[in-house]
Amino acid sequence: MTSRRLTKLVARLGFWVLVAVVLLYAVFPFYYAVITSLKPSGELFTVSYWVDSLDVSNYVAIFSQSSFVRAIFNSLLVSISVVFIALLLGITASYALGRVRFRGRTTVMLVILGVSMFPQVAVLSGLFEVIRALNLYNNPAGLILSYTIFTLPFTVWVLTTFMKQLPQELEEAAIMDGATPWVTITRVFLPLMWPAMATTGLLAFIAAWNEFLFALTFTLSDDQRTVPVAIALISGGSQHELPWGPIMAASVTVTVPLVVLVMIFQKRIVSGLTAGAVKG
Amino acid sequence: MASVTLDKVNKVFGHTPIIKDVDLDIGDGEFVVFVGPSGCGKSTLLRLIAGLESISDGELSIAGQVVNDLPPRERGVGMVFQSYALYPHMTVYENMAFGLKLAKTAKETIHERVMATARILQLEELLERKPKALSGGQRQRVAMGRAMAREPRILLFDEPLSNLDASLRVQMRNEIARLHQRLGSTMIYVTHDQVEAMTLADKIVVLNAGRVEQVGTPHELYQRPATRFVAGFIGSPTMNFLPATLVTGNDAGCRVRAAGIGELALPQDTAQQVAGEALTLGVRPEHLRLAEAAGDNAFEIVNVEYLGNEVYVYLEPKAGETLLIHRSEAPSPWRVGQKVALVPDPEQVHLFDAGDRALGVATARAVA
Ligand SMILES: Nc1ncnc2c1ncn2[C@@H]1O[C@H](COP(=O)(O)OP(=O)(O)OP(=O)(O)O)[C@@H](O)[C@H]1O
Ligand SMILES: [Mg+2]
Repeated sequence: MTSRRLTKLVARLGFWVLVAVVLLYAVFPFYYAVITSLKPSGELFTVSYWVDSLDVSNYVAIFSQSSFVRAIFNSLLVSISVVFIALLLGITASYALGRVRFRGRTTVMLVILGVSMFPQVAVLSGLFEVIRALNLYNNPAGLILSYTIFTLPFTVWVLTTFMKQLPQELEEAAIMDGATPWVTITRVFLPLMWPAMATTGLLAFIAAWNEFLFALTFTLSDDQRTVPVAIALISGGSQHELPWGPIMAASVTVTVPLVVLVMIFQKRIVSGLTAGAVKG
Repeated sequence: MASVTLDKVNKVFGHTPIIKDVDLDIGDGEFVVFVGPSGCGKSTLLRLIAGLESISDGELSIAGQVVNDLPPRERGVGMVFQSYALYPHMTVYENMAFGLKLAKTAKETIHERVMATARILQLEELLERKPKALSGGQRQRVAMGRAMAREPRILLFDEPLSNLDASLRVQMRNEIARLHQRLGSTMIYVTHDQVEAMTLADKIVVLNAGRVEQVGTPHELYQRPATRFVAGFIGSPTMNFLPATLVTGNDAGCRVRAAGIGELALPQDTAQQVAGEALTLGVRPEHLRLAEAAGDNAFEIVNVEYLGNEVYVYLEPKAGETLLIHRSEAPSPWRVGQKVALVPDPEQVHLFDAGDRALGVATARAVA
């Protein structure tokens, strides 16, 4: 009797230890960044795992730089535009791919999937030429274009899968009610596709928000930069000083909105990602 | 309200013909039921009329106007789907108002029509609910309301009751019949439940493998099936078929011989047949009499089913696998294992030629 209770206890203990390890592994870097950002620069290199003093000077420092504020604005502009364009194109494309029968539909789907497999670096130079040709160099529009290219395949693929699962008779009922394809999409399908849209939209937002390589390559001046590049380019008083405090403060500043967004949408994301796994 | 005419209508999917040369006249205000076995093309034919499928060949007219190339919304048809297909994110009211809104109807008119429809279908209490908060029968009524709200000239139903349980099905069947009396609009109804077909229809269209097998009132189809297929499809339990040979016959009547029954004088016109030809005898279970018998000609009773008000007696056939069925009112004197002779009523016997076409009753007799 007691030995059984003991094993039960050990099992439960083991479980929580495991959870603690995973949590530590996942959260510690972020936690340490938060702590570091709240330290005055003098204490930066004394190791401590607790916030001893609330020092917001790093935050004041970065927000007093107009280029950082400008970068946040650029990032918002680019990310929101990417989400909007990707969802608009994704929904219309997924209607065509998921609902309309035409020859070569599978081929189109496979090409879309194939495109999304190229690493960014592979298309960097080609894309650079395109952006130069379109006169979008050092312009947020160039970033919007290139991020959309990389986001769209995933968006289209997920939304198409979702769209295919909506019952055929629903669309036919709309047709009988006199709905055009556009009305069917916007007034019948869209309201049913929020979970999928929240998921793909959020992932597109995160990808655009965090993207570094294109942002570095396709922009030149401070006032066109996005946040990841701006953070990387924060420089200290001298060549030999890395301003860890402001860098951490900036990182925390740009990560928190993402965390909040994910929290808000987490239920939707789960239902979006598992849609179709079981009939519901 | 409108008539519907199909003239040599064909539908081909890929290279497979599904609907073959269908000619059909549906009168204004008629209730027409399409029946047939699964896969015979009932839904396809309905969808051709709705405009959800394009017509490969032939002409479809509604109220005298050819509508082959008209989109569904301009045909003035409403459709009730088997799965109901209600818009899940809209309330009952919005579901019914959607089509009217898209047609840019004035707000007051929309409200009036929806309320009127809701009153007919007893949906007034449910107008603010979403479909997921409704029972099966209520969803069914909303689906009908949505189709009716736009006041279409023709209402189409594709197996609307097949998702309901038996008692609700009977209730909804009655409601649909009353609805038809009340609205007087043309209705086309697909089902493979022949009770629904018999009870609802002014006119039944029996389809088989994409062709019209026979069109007629329920009474005509029951009394004078044109083919063996129709004879076997209409009526429950199904008609008994016995192989027979023609002994003699002319245009005034004939004599046939069937295994286990012997020779039988029938009123059918066999002027086109020759003596010795193989025919099929068809007798409905309710038109068969049993008599006690013994010997080689007798049939053995293999099962007796008691249904309360009536009794089915199953007999071992002389040829083939299908058991013969006798149906009578309860109580029944027959027991399993007894040997009986079949005594068909000659006036109620159907005769089919080698091509499974029914032979007509001689005109002289038919008049008498
Ligand atoms: N879109 C389509 N493409 C190819 N074949 C089809 C299509 N729709 C229907 N068919 C075929 O047409 C035939 C008739 O189908 P239909 O749905 O009209 O049958 P049904 O009489 O309604 O049967 P059920 O009673 O099972 O509903 C079937 O063999 C089906 O496979
Ligand atoms: Mg069908």
